Amino acid sequence: MTAPETKPEALIRLVGVEKKLGAQNVLRGVDLEIRKGEKMVIIGRSGGGKSVLLKHILGLMQPDAGQVWFRDKDLAQLDEEEMVPLRKETGMLFQNGALFDSLSVGENVAFPLRERGDVPEKEIESEVTRALKIVDLPGQENKWPSELSGGMRKRVALARAAISRPALMLYDEPTSGLDPVVADSINKLMVRLGDELNMTSVIVTHDMVSAREVGDRIAMLHEGRIYCVDVPKVVLESSDPIVKRFVNGISDASDAIF
Amino acid sequence: MGMVQISGQIVFLFQDVIRCLFRYRIRLGLLIRQIDFIGAKSVPVVIITGGFIGAVFAAQTEFQFKDLGLSSGVGPVVAIAMCRELGPVLCALMIAGRVGSAMAAELATMKITEQIDALRALAVYPTEYLIVPRFLGMIISMPILVGLAILCGIMSGYYVAVHILDVPGVYYWNNTVKYTHAKDIWIGLVKGFFFGLIIIMVGCNKGLHAAQGAEGVGLATTEAVVDSFIIVLIANFFFTFLLNSLLPS
Repeated sequence: MTAPETKPEALIRLVGVEKKLGAQNVLRGVDLEIRKGEKMVIIGRSGGGKSVLLKHILGLMQPDAGQVWFRDKDLAQLDEEEMVPLRKETGMLFQNGALFDSLSVGENVAFPLRERGDVPEKEIESEVTRALKIVDLPGQENKWPSELSGGMRKRVALARAAISRPALMLYDEPTSGLDPVVADSINKLMVRLGDELNMTSVIVTHDMVSAREVGDRIAMLHEGRIYCVDVPKVVLESSDPIVKRFVNGISDASDAIF
Repeated sequence: MGMVQISGQIVFLFQDVIRCLFRYRIRLGLLIRQIDFIGAKSVPVVIITGGFIGAVFAAQTEFQFKDLGLSSGVGPVVAIAMCRELGPVLCALMIAGRVGSAMAAELATMKITEQIDALRALAVYPTEYLIVPRFLGMIISMPILVGLAILCGIMSGYYVAVHILDVPGVYYWNNTVKYTHAKDIWIGLVKGFFFGLIIIMVGCNKGLHAAQGAEGVGLATTEAVVDSFIIVLIANFFFTFLLNSLLPS
């Protein structure tokens, strides 16, 4: 199969991606193009399939139908080992950090560099120190993940994901559970990483402040499909009732929990 | 989940482990950590198990043999039973309880907290990083642990028979040496190797396929132990016949 025609700058292209988990059709034909160097924010309701979509972009999940193109490779056609070189170019911040419990903070952050095998140990140590300083956790190398708060874990995970300066960074709820000050610093960090390293970023979030500050474009996932994609100003000020309700956090009677 | 499906998962996992052994370099640091956890830290449990089983078995055998005037035959009975059956089987059951459950719980927790996905995202193949060191650690440690259990059983059997039940020590020991052969020990060690293989494959498979949530971790742990027990006991029956035909008494 040949790659579909894409604009030259497209790094990721999702074509008709469908995924069923159990009885639920989580993705029902997602079409989305993510351009090289851009910061794409994906918003949508909880349980709407945003994290599932992110995992498809990294090949951690395979679509039931459709294609996920990373440059000229269809991830749906690759096996686990064929994806290894592509994953070396990507980083992912998981929702709860997903730090390795058996490794210290320093070892967690150093992990991607040690796995590369060609970085001298002294350089790894200085990179770890630098990365932890950037995420505002200097001197925490010897702590264990279990000794950290949720927000600190997330920042360590961000340092781990970004330390190898990947071409593509995926963020799953980067600011959830963080206080506004730390959340703001994470937002600024995402912008900085994107701008200075020309990193392509895909950010899944519910945080509209984050979406506005970080995103070059915002895509809204609704009922398993991309409902709209546009620059933040257009999406966040949209008069479309579905978008408006989500952006402004307005529920209706059908959303009542009790 | 059906037995066929679980068997299939274990076969695929085993095949993947073997492939990874040839495809990737062995991570020595992780292997040493696993040998320490599986082997070194199991030593006290294995000594106690082997020692007390040997002691009890020697005592019971002596009680029955005494009336027949066969007390000096207790030694070889204890030694052969420890080598061929009690040593490997009881050692395997203890290791399944201590190590198999821990493997399943650790891997299941890693799975539900997305640590295995994080490994994959960091371009590391999970079988190579997580399973291969555990697999090697187990198949290296298990025969040694079985050997230790056998040794402790024979020594404690000697102590009970000779020092507590007054069986003549020279006859006891001479008969033990005369009727116990190297092949008896080999059978125990070979069984230990395969039981280790069963425990690690079942434990790792349960962990990797655990359902979400705390219940999934608990279930994976319990099933790893119960399934390992059952498979070890059934496999032991077939190994006994197979090894006896290959290495007859």
